[in-house]
Amino acid sequence: MDNSLQRVKLSVHPSRALVDEEFVILVQNVPPGSPMTLHALHCSEDGHRWEACGHYIADSSGSINAADDCSVGGSYLGVEPMGLLWSLKPVPGSKPGLRMRKKDVQTPMVVAISVFNGHHSEAFVDQVSLASWVVERWYMAPGVRRIPVTEQQLTGTLFLPPGPGPFPGLLDLWGGGGQLVEYRSALLASHGIASLALDYLTNEFTTQTGKMVDNQYFETAYRVLQQHPQVLGSRIAMLGLSLGSVFTLKMAVYSPVVKLRCAVCISGSHIQPVSGGPQEMMDLFTRNIEKINFSEQNEVIWRSLLLPVPSDPSMKADVGRLRCPLLLVVGEDDQNWCTQESAADMEQMMARAGNDHLLTILSYPETGHLIEPPYTPHTPSSMYRGAGVDQKMMVLWGGKTPEHSAAQEDSWRKILTFLKKNLYGGSDPQAIHRSHL
Amino acid sequence: MSQAVPPVLSVQPSRALVDEKFSVQVENLPPGCPVTVRSLYQSEDKDFWEAYGHYVSDHRGTVSVSEDVSLGGTYTGKEQMGLIWSMRPAPGSREGLRLRKRDMCTPMLVTISVYRGHEDFRDQTALASALVERWHMAPGVQRIEVRERGVQGTLFVPPGPGPFPALLDLWGGGGGLQEYRAALLASRGFAALALEYLKADDSKPNSPGDKYFETAFEIIRAHPQVAPDRVGIIGLCFGTLVALSLAAEYPMIKPRCIVCLSNVHHKSRKNTVTEFPEEVPERFKTVGAMENVLVWRDMGLAVLKMQHPKIPVGNIDCPMLLINGTDDQNWPTVEVASDIIKMMREAGKESLVTRVDYPGAGHLIEPPFSPLFRATNFMLSGTRKKVMMLWGGKTKPHADAQEDSWRRILSFLQLHLYGDPSPKAKL
Repeated sequence: MDNSLQRVKLSVHPSRALVDEEFVILVQNVPPGSPMTLHALHCSEDGHRWEACGHYIADSSGSINAADDCSVGGSYLGVEPMGLLWSLKPVPGSKPGLRMRKKDVQTPMVVAISVFNGHHSEAFVDQVSLASWVVERWYMAPGVRRIPVTEQQLTGTLFLPPGPGPFPGLLDLWGGGGQLVEYRSALLASHGIASLALDYLTNEFTTQTGKMVDNQYFETAYRVLQQHPQVLGSRIAMLGLSLGSVFTLKMAVYSPVVKLRCAVCISGSHIQPVSGGPQEMMDLFTRNIEKINFSEQNEVIWRSLLLPVPSDPSMKADVGRLRCPLLLVVGEDDQNWCTQESAADMEQMMARAGNDHLLTILSYPETGHLIEPPYTPHTPSSMYRGAGVDQKMMVLWGGKTPEHSAAQEDSWRKILTFLKKNLYGGSDPQAIHRSHL
Repeated sequence: MSQAVPPVLSVQPSRALVDEKFSVQVENLPPGCPVTVRSLYQSEDKDFWEAYGHYVSDHRGTVSVSEDVSLGGTYTGKEQMGLIWSMRPAPGSREGLRLRKRDMCTPMLVTISVYRGHEDFRDQTALASALVERWHMAPGVQRIEVRERGVQGTLFVPPGPGPFPALLDLWGGGGGLQEYRAALLASRGFAALALEYLKADDSKPNSPGDKYFETAFEIIRAHPQVAPDRVGIIGLCFGTLVALSLAAEYPMIKPRCIVCLSNVHHKSRKNTVTEFPEEVPERFKTVGAMENVLVWRDMGLAVLKMQHPKIPVGNIDCPMLLINGTDDQNWPTVEVASDIIKMMREAGKESLVTRVDYPGAGHLIEPPFSPLFRATNFMLSGTRKKVMMLWGGKTKPHADAQEDSWRRILSFLQLHLYGDPSPKAKL
């Protein structure tokens, strides 16, 4: 091996960080002007290997800085400090339709970052890197507490920020796949919000009885959160993605129990049987099943299922009655839900009712349905099994990776700002002296 | 129950290496509000260490430790890392404590909290707190226990294929196996072998023979991920003596460079290195104000004046970095550095030496942001007697010295171990 290359130095800083934090990759001591490849390798919890790469050219001082320099090839292009993470894809030969989702949030995602001589896009396993580094990406900040919640037949996990509190709270709902998905709540708690991830489709009660929960389930979860000694009961928000947004809006508009400081709906809709709960929503999907389409690759496209937007008021949440700020995150290439049409309709309803000052819409071109926290891979399609359904099918979520990844980064930052402003804002500074602490 | 939103305390980054800085911020306070920001750490020995600063929030109700001035506490002024380097044992602790992490695979867990007011916070519940992790090992660094050919130590190897430059890491007369600097060096790209060469416990004194260090060097060089022509030595105190000896008296070893912290260059009367510590405590004085605290500095000055055997440093052919503190009460290390340079000058090799003296720093110059241990419990090798040893140093200058010297050490090692071979060049 060329003697001068043996001294290549690679550093990634910080080497331990939260999933939504940026890092800086620096390569030094490389011959000036030489082509180099940065490579990332991750082994997921379910045993699959994911990789990404960027092609760089060292500058006159023999350095490459991924935060400043341009990738001219590989799985991402341009000046993309975090490209090695968000452009991760399953290695060639992997099972089709994979999706990366961390189940155990108490351990980090571990990624090996390496630098190779020359520009390569494949067969990294057959080569020896010049240098390599390991980074840990955490969903939980140190001191965040993870507390399973099983009281009153709930299936959930509460994440509390470190410290005495009390903290604003948030009810966190995912979509039709069900399961208890913890990572977004863990990350929100790492940002100072006590967050309860709630399973409302494959929870204990439903699994045992075969019956879906009703709307009271969400109210019970809200009450549990509200009454927790380390949660500020008057400062609670709800965040829902996909099907989760349906119940977020239902609670925000109609529930006499749930009083929200603000609500966030990602890739969702207000279209729903107003007087029904989860079962009635599922029935609505079943009734419209012939509206599904298929892509050229035979992926299922569900976006038409709830279209056209109904004019019947009993079939959509009356957002004109909302009293709290609402943030809608919309992917314009959402192939799974009619998010864009729903958002437009909600805007009209609120304009007519005169409460559209409460509404903020973040609409992203070329962005699909699964808008997740940043720097995690974009899933354009994957093998999916709806809760309570036996069969898995390949579902098209939509989005183009670079634009979708940029949308994840931008929307997450704005979601955090929105939540912090509404949950922490408006406090009485003098109250600190009357605090029960 | 009041529904007031408490202040929010955040520390960025919340997980870091021990030589990295963090920023502590408190938000959502009333404007102009006096608060105390405090750090608390429970050591592996279960002692509590703490530091604190007094602050007043600005018009937005924010306190930023990296930008604002501490008006009192264990540190004052604009000190981003004061919460770590000004730590001392909590009131009521045992005396003479020193903080040295043993388990490299877990981090130091420090709680940072904010309290109302500038009065005693111990009666209060914190308004907010955060937990930070301080690591000696970066992810992917390998920790390899070395027990071969009579050599005992721990080798740390950076992540990646290598090969890497490497260091023999030597601590001082306290003995035992201290891994933390070697772990940190590996986290900065240098393989490092922390070597145990003096027993720290009550077992029979175990002075290693000459072969011990040669074997240790061979073990480092033989490791498949080490570049055998890029191995240096870093030593503190008695470790400096060993480093100088290996560089000057062992033609087989030839380190590529050496870093000497708190220099010692005298040998025993029998002209051996490893028996030197046993001879040192024969005469000692106690400082009047501090009962039973040993101060060896004057004895060291006396030894300097005598015709006591010294390492023939003029034989050394590699770059040397000498780092000492002017308030070193354990040994006259600044004077020793001058003597070393005098001997190098006589050999025509002064250009190999880089010297930095830190005003107000003591003997125990550790990686940043370690607290100052001005006097600690110490067991004399030889007699095995337990004493209190005065190391010296004033808290703030010593902290500055640790931060600055570490940066210089890494830069020196980068140049000489990663850079092109030109041992005679010094620009």
